[in-house]
Amino acid sequence: MRLHDRWRAGVLSVVILIVFLGLWQIATLPKTTAQVVDDEYAKLVGAAAATGQKSTFPTPLDVGHKLVLAISDPFYDKGANDKGIGIQMAWSMGRVCLGFGLAALVAIPLGFLIGMSRLVFNALDPFIQVLKPISPLAWMPLALFTLKDSSVSAIFVIFICSIWPMLINTAFGVASVRKEWIDVARTLEVSPWRKAIFVVLPAAAPTIMTGMRISIGIAWLVIVAAEMLVGGTGIGYFVWNEWNNLSIANILVAVFLIGLVGMVLDLIFARLQKAVTFRD
Amino acid sequence: MQSFLIVENLRKSYPATAAGHDLVIFDDVNFSIEKGEFVCIIGHSGCGKTTILNVLAGLETPTSGHAFIDGRELHGPSLDRGVVFQSHALMPWMSVRANIAFAVKSKWPEWSRHQVNEHVQQFIDMVHLQGSEDKKPAQLSGGMKQRVGIARAFAIQPKMLLLDEPFGALDALTRGNIQDELVAIVRKTKQTVFMITHDVDEAILLSDKIFLMSNGPQAVLAEIVDNPLSKDRTRSTMHHDQKYYELRNHLIDFLVHRSKTYSKPLN
Repeated sequence: MRLHDRWRAGVLSVVILIVFLGLWQIATLPKTTAQVVDDEYAKLVGAAAATGQKSTFPTPLDVGHKLVLAISDPFYDKGANDKGIGIQMAWSMGRVCLGFGLAALVAIPLGFLIGMSRLVFNALDPFIQVLKPISPLAWMPLALFTLKDSSVSAIFVIFICSIWPMLINTAFGVASVRKEWIDVARTLEVSPWRKAIFVVLPAAAPTIMTGMRISIGIAWLVIVAAEMLVGGTGIGYFVWNEWNNLSIANILVAVFLIGLVGMVLDLIFARLQKAVTFRD
Repeated sequence: MQSFLIVENLRKSYPATAAGHDLVIFDDVNFSIEKGEFVCIIGHSGCGKTTILNVLAGLETPTSGHAFIDGRELHGPSLDRGVVFQSHALMPWMSVRANIAFAVKSKWPEWSRHQVNEHVQQFIDMVHLQGSEDKKPAQLSGGMKQRVGIARAFAIQPKMLLLDEPFGALDALTRGNIQDELVAIVRKTKQTVFMITHDVDEAILLSDKIFLMSNGPQAVLAEIVDNPLSKDRTRSTMHHDQKYYELRNHLIDFLVHRSKTYSKPLN
């Protein structure tokens, strides 16, 4: 029965996709009636646009064609403004991994410290509450000013946006480890280090992993915007560059791939989350 | 000769709330336990039994008073005392073996993996959990979980065992079986035990002495009853002994009537 339901959901998904692509195709069909436009405007925008033979928004087929092109040769490099989408994606991924990794290295130990002590938790809470809602991009000018390097600044922005969910979740997970497990460790005279690694960490791991999953999602959202600002390389810069080239089809290809990579990242962390979750 | 465990003038109170008076949980608790004795403490909820046990475990500090084990004053938790928690308190991410091994490695950090495994297996066998070594607690029944808790406490070979109402959450049949196992183990190992229970028959079966607490707040240790039944009593035969009914009536009378009106022990 469950398998049957899955099949039905799958079929429905395909139907929705076909309807969506069909509507898109109809909406972007070349218009047959010649439009009358101002002569001066025609000179300005070029013949095709002026006569209105074709809508500038690409059809699904155009995008599909570009997608095949982009995927068939993802790693070419023909200078600063013409790199394959694989290379751009790799740049973005590298920045996300570095920023996210550094944030994890800071947030998890710090979160442990905060979670272990009510005093530290209460003392740091106002700072965290103020810093957390700041858009990571608001840090960008400060990062550029102090770090004086656009690439490092992008990594810093990823760092600062992924640190909060991990910090808060680690602190919360550590603070809410069941008292009976701590009592067991106490009666066994377990050293603080051993307690942290064998009792507190596994007990808090599901909560910590949830924080990491939220963080990686935010980091992937923010990297596109950050790279639009700093420029040079990355999928965000690619989107911005294609906008300047007025290549809507390429932008759509990039948008689709950004979504796909984001989904894969989330799936990886969902797996990790499942691996550390224990049944009580 | 000095007793193995001595408790003197134990008192636990919480600071005054808005009303004014300190909230006294129990006061002036004195008792001693000899090596190898099995003691059960009975009393209604709120009389501070668990607090007394936690003080002996070193998990809580009394407001005043002292406890001595083997002539030394008790400070904080120690591997000297094994605790079986009411809620079994097993680590759900560890297997049965790993849960017990965690305790064993805490006691003997210098042991090799082989030594630890051998020791752990011995205690798994003791509580008859062969075949469940690699199961996680979530895969075990309530009785099996509590057996693991007992094996974990015994495995560190403590000088004294503290049991906080270990069978409270179990059904009657399972409880009976584990009680029998516990009797057999304790008689063999001559373990000193301090146990909380609500179950009068459990106390009669297991203990050499029964401590009766009056109702809280301001609970006191009202009576210490020596168990007159023969040492080799069993669950299936002890109710044929006339002394069993006398003892049982005495305990139930206390719990139903006298525990309420009891104020201060007569000196």
